[in-house]
Amino acid sequence: MIQIPDIANATPIQILFCVLSVITLATAFLTIYSKKPMHNAIYLVICFTSISGHYLLLNAQFLALVNLIVYIGAIMILMLFTIMLMNLNKENEVHKPRITRLGAIVVFCLMCLVLIAMFMNSKPIADGSYDVTGEDYQSIQVLGKLLLNEYMVPFEFASVLLLVAMIGAVLLSKKEKIEK
Amino acid sequence: MDNILNQIGIENYIFLSVILFCIGVFGVLYRRNAIVVFMSIEIMLNAINLLFAAFSTYHQDAQGQIFVFFSMAVAAAEVAIGLAILVSIFRNMGTIDVGNLKNLKG
Repeated sequence: MIQIPDIANATPIQILFCVLSVITLATAFLTIYSKKPMHNAIYLVICFTSISGHYLLLNAQFLALVNLIVYIGAIMILMLFTIMLMNLNKENEVHKPRITRLGAIVVFCLMCLVLIAMFMNSKPIADGSYDVTGEDYQSIQVLGKLLLNEYMVPFEFASVLLLVAMIGAVLLSKKEKIEK
Repeated sequence: MDNILNQIGIENYIFLSVILFCIGVFGVLYRRNAIVVFMSIEIMLNAINLLFAAFSTYHQDAQGQIFVFFSMAVAAAEVAIGLAILVSIFRNMGTIDVGNLKNLKG
């Protein structure tokens, strides 16, 4: 069940979590709701930054940095360049028909309801307290060892995947020569 | 070192991820602009990544974070290919409204 946190006795970490969550959800919603594509991208950047904050809160420093670099440094820049390339920054987007939008809202509410109800009734393995083994499990050292020993093959395949994606992107976005 | 989940609780992370994922689904269904649809997919992927990281802390196990790295690599590849396809569609049709892409409709 949900324990309603005591607002008067909230620890700084709980307050931080609440603030970060509110920022994440609000900017995620604004990403979808805002009309201009450029504003959407900026809101999404804020959303990803707050998710990095969540990772820092979970003490996963390397993950937070990688999230910043990959999502904000690479993916969002790519999206911003595409938006600028297409010159889409105008508000003449035609809306979907009203029935589709209504359906989207209904799907959103139903999915939230079902998933939250499902997870509210699921029982946690550890009830209440999470014991700390004191073992180091998320420093860069541990992650690197795990990545290069146990997950060696998927790691190499990820590099192949990125290479293929790069070649594919170049091929797709190259201008085709006009056939005679 | 104190565990962060003692103070926040895994349920709150689950609820945050669920709501974030639902917002992503809502964006895919609600908008017609293909770039915004892409951004919604990114939001969904991030919700799952956050849940992976939270459960990695819950189980005191690094494998959850390794999965996040792989999902990030796949997301980067997906965005590169998807945006290339979008640019190509824009060049051919002059719009990226997903409602106009019905050439394959019988």
